[in-house]
Amino acid sequence: MNLGLGSLFLIVLQRDLMIAMRRWSDICNPVVFFVLVVALFPLALNPRAEFLRALAPGVLWIAALLAALLSLNQLFRADIEDGTMEQLLTLPYPLGLVILAKTLAHWLVTGLPVVAVAPMLAITYHLPADAISTLLLSLLIGTPTISLLGSIGAALTAGLRQSGVLLALMVGPLMLPVLMLGARATDIALSGDDPTGPLYLLGALLALALSLAPPAAAMAIRISAD
Amino acid sequence: MQDGAPQGKRFTEVELLTGTGLTLWRGANCLFDQLSFSAAPGGALLIRGPNGSGKTTLLRVIAGLTLAEEGDVRWQGRPLSARDETGRHTIAYCGHATALKPDLTTLENLRFFARLSGYATSALPELLASTGLTPCADLPARVLSAGQKRRAALARVLMSGAPLWLLDEPQTNLDAAGREFLERVLQKHLANAGTAVIVAHQSIDMGSARTTVLQMGEAA
Repeated sequence: MNLGLGSLFLIVLQRDLMIAMRRWSDICNPVVFFVLVVALFPLALNPRAEFLRALAPGVLWIAALLAALLSLNQLFRADIEDGTMEQLLTLPYPLGLVILAKTLAHWLVTGLPVVAVAPMLAITYHLPADAISTLLLSLLIGTPTISLLGSIGAALTAGLRQSGVLLALMVGPLMLPVLMLGARATDIALSGDDPTGPLYLLGALLALALSLAPPAAAMAIRISAD
Repeated sequence: MQDGAPQGKRFTEVELLTGTGLTLWRGANCLFDQLSFSAAPGGALLIRGPNGSGKTTLLRVIAGLTLAEEGDVRWQGRPLSARDETGRHTIAYCGHATALKPDLTTLENLRFFARLSGYATSALPELLASTGLTPCADLPARVLSAGQKRRAALARVLMSGAPLWLLDEPQTNLDAAGREFLERVLQKHLANAGTAVIVAHQSIDMGSARTTVLQMGEAA
């Protein structure tokens, strides 16, 4: 009966991944959006290599941020609507941990595919290998931070009917540091300098979001489920 | 259907549910003002009243899902929380929403809650049989009928092993056999010194259990 916290985390994570596997469109949407946006830029702009190269960090990071924002809306919505959240709230477990497991599951199905295709798209922008590895690393640290910060807004707006724009307005500003640092790190690597500074800062933001976002989102969920 | 209550575990006699001075306003409407009630082990509290009189809201206040503006709900003299001092579940809440994921099968849906509430997953087929859900165990929950979903929600209450059942119109969508099954497990729960708070419009046969009726709304 006294379920360990680790197994609680795994049970929730496993179930959310299982649900995601049954709904392929939810997994595909953000990554398709990401690929489309990134692939359209060279078609509309001057396709010269040096121009695209200078554009790449910004375009890739903005597209990754928007793709994440698009999918955040669904993070807790279904659970609130079908009553699962009521059940989770009346169970004797720390809600923050449940939220963390759900957010991780959400990132694994929406964020990780974006990170995975980013290097391939970066090649089409003529990014050198150094810059690609920095881009990959910055996305790998930055996108979970975006998911965690977004979970607070998603929890607050999960009970509302039309929350897409409101959510973006609410959590958008919180994500600006991540966007700036991520794009900056890639840009610095592109110009041949050492990008560890912004990467460390990104890591610090991840640590901060990891420790503060789940309890904040848990409180917000209690309000939304009311 | 056979009797499906899992292990006829007896709850201790000291568990007492009390609500004192509960007050809640929704906009300009006062849903309840200085409402008090109590339910003893083995007793049922039946909440009755016209539509919109705040029955569901009261049940949610007891479950801790909605915060009352005044007053508190106590269990064994302490503020009611989802966990007692041994870490055991206190509350089994069954609301209007059945908490079934449409894309998972009935069995997968129930297995999740079984694992969370420490119910042996090996006993699930038996539980499904007793609730009459065996034929749809491997069907996605989205194709279940409303009555079958309600049965699955009841199965979840049975798995919880909680001493306090909070049931919001549990008879909704159930057929005659389903209602009979509900009455049987409810009587068994009360006979084991469990407590139940039930929102119901139709009559429920609680057997010999002590039943208190809480009338809400203007008619009170």
